[in-house]
Parts: sequence; structure tokens; C-alpha cells
Amino acid sequence: MAVTLVFIGKLADLAGEGERQVPGPLHWADLPSLLDADLAAAVAGERTRVAVNGELLADKTALAAQDGDEVAFLPPVSGG
Amino acid sequence: MATTVMLLDAPFVPGRFVEPFTADHPGLGGVCTFVGEVRGDTGVEALELLHYAPLTLPGMEQLAAAAAERFDLMGLLVIHRVGVMQPGEPIVLVSACARHRRGAIDAVDYCMDHLKSNSWFWKREQRGDGWHWIEPRDQDHADLARWQV
Repeated sequence: MAVTLVFIGKLADLAGEGERQVPGPLHWADLPSLLDADLAAAVAGERTRVAVNGELLADKTALAAQDGDEVAFLPPVSGG
Repeated sequence: MATTVMLLDAPFVPGRFVEPFTADHPGLGGVCTFVGEVRGDTGVEALELLHYAPLTLPGMEQLAAAAAERFDLMGLLVIHRVGVMQPGEPIVLVSACARHRRGAIDAVDYCMDHLKSNSWFWKREQRGDGWHWIEPRDQDHADLARWQV
């Protein structure tokens, strides 16, 4: 078991992949050591939202994911 | 009141959905349908729409429920494409039927404004020099703000 990170849109371009497994538990402060600097900066950007198991976090810095959770990083939507 | 919300990953013919939707609501006073197609902008070879399954369809269902609550409708149909599309292909269909026209027209307008800038879709265009991510236009945000009263 692990935490699944999902990168959407231009974040997937930066990550070089759409998904990645990392060991849990995972907290916001762990991200800089797990992600390349440009990806970490984009994830921390004001307009990037974070969802855990399909639930948006009101405060993404409160991220606390366990093994088996899916954490999605969502850039600004471009609409339909 | 029934709402039907779908994400499709292959081309669709709007009439094949609108006709049975209309037939399912005998006694309606009006049906309003909007179909959006991939615009044939100069240099655009293809458009790709991405979604995130845990959010996108649930978000569209919440939008349909909000429209059903806000407007006096008999039925509401919301269909959105995802995947790679060519110019001229339908990308979105919203159809509403109601006993009176105003509810149907306003519900479609409301749903489209929310789908355009407040739904979980990410869009990119393929041009001669590769793929480019697209963000909403200021006009899309202004359109959405009309409903925030």
C-alpha cells in the first residue's frame, strides 16, 4: 500500500507522468522532498487545488494522507 | 423531476439524445437545447478535454441539481465530451424542458456558464507547434458572475 499522487493537466507535464506512488503517511510538508522543485512550486501555487479521495481540501496545507489514499493536484480548470 | 448527466468519451449525435429526452416529457411547454461544438479556430488541429473522475461527474450532477432547484423544470439533460476532439464535433449538450419557456432557457444558460468556467475540465489545443493548455477567458468568468446574486 502507498499513497497515490495524481497530477492533472500541466502538472502531469511537469511530473512527466499522471500518477505516482509514494509511501504513506503523507503531509504537506513532505512534498518538497518528494517532488522536483518546479513541480513542487506549481503544486504550492495559489491556484492549484488538492483533493483527497475526491474531497477538495479547503486548506491544502492541512494535507494528511494515509496508505491507500489518492491525492490529486488540480491546476486551474479551463472549463468545458 | 429527472436530471440526466453523462460524460462521453466518443463522438455523439445530439439529436439522438434530445429526441427521446423530449419524448419522455409529455405535456411540456417548451424545450431549450444548446449544443457547443469545437470551434474551427485558425491553426487548431484538435482539442483534448481531460477530466478527473472523482470530481467531474459528481460536480456536473451537483450543477444539474442546483439548476433543477433554481428553475421550474420538467427535465434536464447535460452531456459533456471528454478525450480528443476534432473541430466541428459536439463537445457539450444541455437540454431543459419546462412548462414555460423562461425556466428552460435560463436553466440552459445557467448550466453552460457554470460548465464553461466552474467545472472540473482541463483543455488543451493542438497546433502546428504542439499542445497548449487553455485557461478560461475573462468573459467566461464575467458570464458566471451574472448568476451570483
